[in-house]
Amino acid sequence: MKILHIDKASWDKGVLKSGETYRLTGPVKDKDTHAFKNLNDGELPDMGYVETKMSPKALLFPRSEVMLTYSTNPHDGNCNIMKEASKAYPPRAVIGIRPFDAKAIQLVKLNFDTEEYKDPYWLKAYEACTFVGLAINQPSITDFSTSCNTGPFDETGLDVLVVDTGHGFLAKILSTKGQAWADAAGFNIEAGADAASKITAMKKEAEANIVSKISVDKIAGKTVLELFDAGHWEDTAFGCINCGTCTFACPTCWCFDIQDETYGTQGVRIKNWDSCMTGLFTMHGSGHNPREYPYQRTRQRFMHKLKYFMDKYQEGIMCVGCGRCIKQCPANIDIREICNTMNQ
Amino acid sequence: MENPYIPYPVSIDDIQIATEDKSLKTFRFVFQNKSDEEKFAYKAGQFAELSIPGLGEIPIGIASSPTEKGFVTFTVFKTGKVTSHLHTMKVGDTMGIRGPLGNWYPWDTLMGKNILIIGGGFAFTTLRSSIKMMLDPSNRSVFGNIDVVYGARTPGMLLYKDELFEWGKREDINMHLTVDTEAPNWDYHVGFTPAITEKVAPKASDDTYAIVCGPPIMIKFTLPVLEKLGYKHDHIIMSLENRMKCGIGMCGRCNIGTELVCKDGPIFTLSDINKTPKEY
Ligand SMILES: Cc1cc2nc3c(=O)[nH]c(=O)nc-3n(C[C@H](O)[C@H](O)[C@H](O)COP(=O)(O)OP(=O)(O)OC[C@H]3O[C@@H](n4cnc5c(N)ncnc54)[C@H](O)[C@@H]3O)c2cc1C
Ligand code: SF4
Ligand code: SF4
Ligand code: FES
Repeated sequence: MKILHIDKASWDKGVLKSGETYRLTGPVKDKDTHAFKNLNDGELPDMGYVETKMSPKALLFPRSEVMLTYSTNPHDGNCNIMKEASKAYPPRAVIGIRPFDAKAIQLVKLNFDTEEYKDPYWLKAYEACTFVGLAINQPSITDFSTSCNTGPFDETGLDVLVVDTGHGFLAKILSTKGQAWADAAGFNIEAGADAASKITAMKKEAEANIVSKISVDKIAGKTVLELFDAGHWEDTAFGCINCGTCTFACPTCWCFDIQDETYGTQGVRIKNWDSCMTGLFTMHGSGHNPREYPYQRTRQRFMHKLKYFMDKYQEGIMCVGCGRCIKQCPANIDIREICNTMNQ
Repeated sequence: MENPYIPYPVSIDDIQIATEDKSLKTFRFVFQNKSDEEKFAYKAGQFAELSIPGLGEIPIGIASSPTEKGFVTFTVFKTGKVTSHLHTMKVGDTMGIRGPLGNWYPWDTLMGKNILIIGGGFAFTTLRSSIKMMLDPSNRSVFGNIDVVYGARTPGMLLYKDELFEWGKREDINMHLTVDTEAPNWDYHVGFTPAITEKVAPKASDDTYAIVCGPPIMIKFTLPVLEKLGYKHDHIIMSLENRMKCGIGMCGRCNIGTELVCKDGPIFTLSDINKTPKEY
């Protein structure tokens, strides 16, 4: 596999040059944290960023997305007939995405890209992307990604893995898409023979810095009902106020709602982020709610992530260990502790 | 890429009030594009999302039978936003249908078997589809004995009454209709569905399957009856309902444990359901 060497000055120039071929998206400063945003002309991704509060899932799964359009005007030929909203999907380079967030996209893909049905909005946006990942040299204290089939240097789902060596970048080309982006950026200086071992060493060091671990071996061996009916859930969920912050910040949460909005006689059918933490999420028309009590919703989130997903797809758990939900929960609910409780 | 969110345009072709209290109406739809009808090829037990622009979508069981061509029908109870609006719509209006969605009664397994259908209230829509399909001359010989226990509060609350009475006259199906209390001119059973089931249900056997659809209270009291009669849990088939949006297994709201009711269901055997949390 080809590894390129890019010094920092050439990096900036090359990234901007790739902007002639790609729509660029990357981490930029946003108040006290960072956010993934479309970069303006001349704007550079902040490769020194630590983390983004929100995951980059919105690139493929916007908080609110128009799916269909309609007219309710009887004088229109297509009155009350739904049409796909027209949307362009120009090639996009996602620069500086963290490996666990790229891995998360592969998990979410299991939901939106199935044998029977494909979500065209998610999938077209996905196919338009080239993922240029940035390895994590110093994992945060809430990072437990190595317990989640990923890690700070994981290459899954990436087209290029960029490693900041301090003196410059090493860019490991992982796919033809990645090569095309490097070509568009004009990056073509191959790194020295020691580059691969340098990356391996940095990877080892970063992984060794992850002290936070979870284990799901016993969860795998238990039945859904054993875990679901376990006596601890009301205690476990006690502090949770069902605010949904964890579900919105999480790179692997994919639930959505569908709503119609009409302005005069023109309207749109939109897909909005939704959360299993809300009561309305499962409320029947009759008023009956299968998850009537708040703790039942908290239980659903963790059972989905740590058991249902694992059993359904045989692809590990539905969590990449990014730690966002742990940091942002106002009630100090910690998925690692819940996982431990479930894994007893 | 086929867009699974786009409904087929349909016109309302006929509307019939289905119950004496007018809370249910049966809508017959025709596809505006003939080719969509072929794409909508369905099996008895499946459902569809009825789509009204500006209001939203509702999952509704398909009440017509695959053997009936040229239209599809649905019987809808008026309860909230979309269903109430649908009840105000008129013949000739345009709306959309998305589907067919979900699985169907396990017709492959049911071939050559005796079938006991137990229905209550307005959860008789996909059962009507199933009976109509099985009674079709091209299908009737494929199945063994067919018994139907169907109950409602009053005679006027039974769905598809004319058809029920016609089936009652046939030799190749045993109809056991019942209402909760005595009613004038009612010559059939009186009593709750579970009690009537206990009286009339065929003996359990490896070759006899029960299909049960009804309100939660009916299910609750019918299952013990079937157990008492010796029906095994993998010979009891049920159709579940949960709140739905996408209907294609993506929006995440309809799950019971690992199973998505919209895509892996809505039809499950009781032994499958026993393995999942009771979140429906
Ligand atoms: C597989 C299946 C088959 C069904 N078949 C029939 C049928 O044949 N006849 C019939 O009258 N009803 C049927 N229902 C129930 C019917 O879907 C609800 O009564 C209907 O969605 C209520 O919509 P509303 O907009 O009037 O109510 P509101 O309470 O205003 O609901 C708003 C939205 O929530 C969702 N929703 C609410 N309740 C339900 C529910 N119980 N199930 C699914 N989604 C819900 C819908 O998207 C609905 O548009 C079925 C439900 C399922 C899941
Ligand atoms: S776990 Fe925390 S962040 Fe998630 S809904 Fe509960 S209180 Fe909110
Ligand atoms: S750590 Fe929390 S936010 Fe991150 S992937 Fe896991 S569940 Fe989602
Ligand atoms: S209704 Fe969306 S997943 Fe079942």
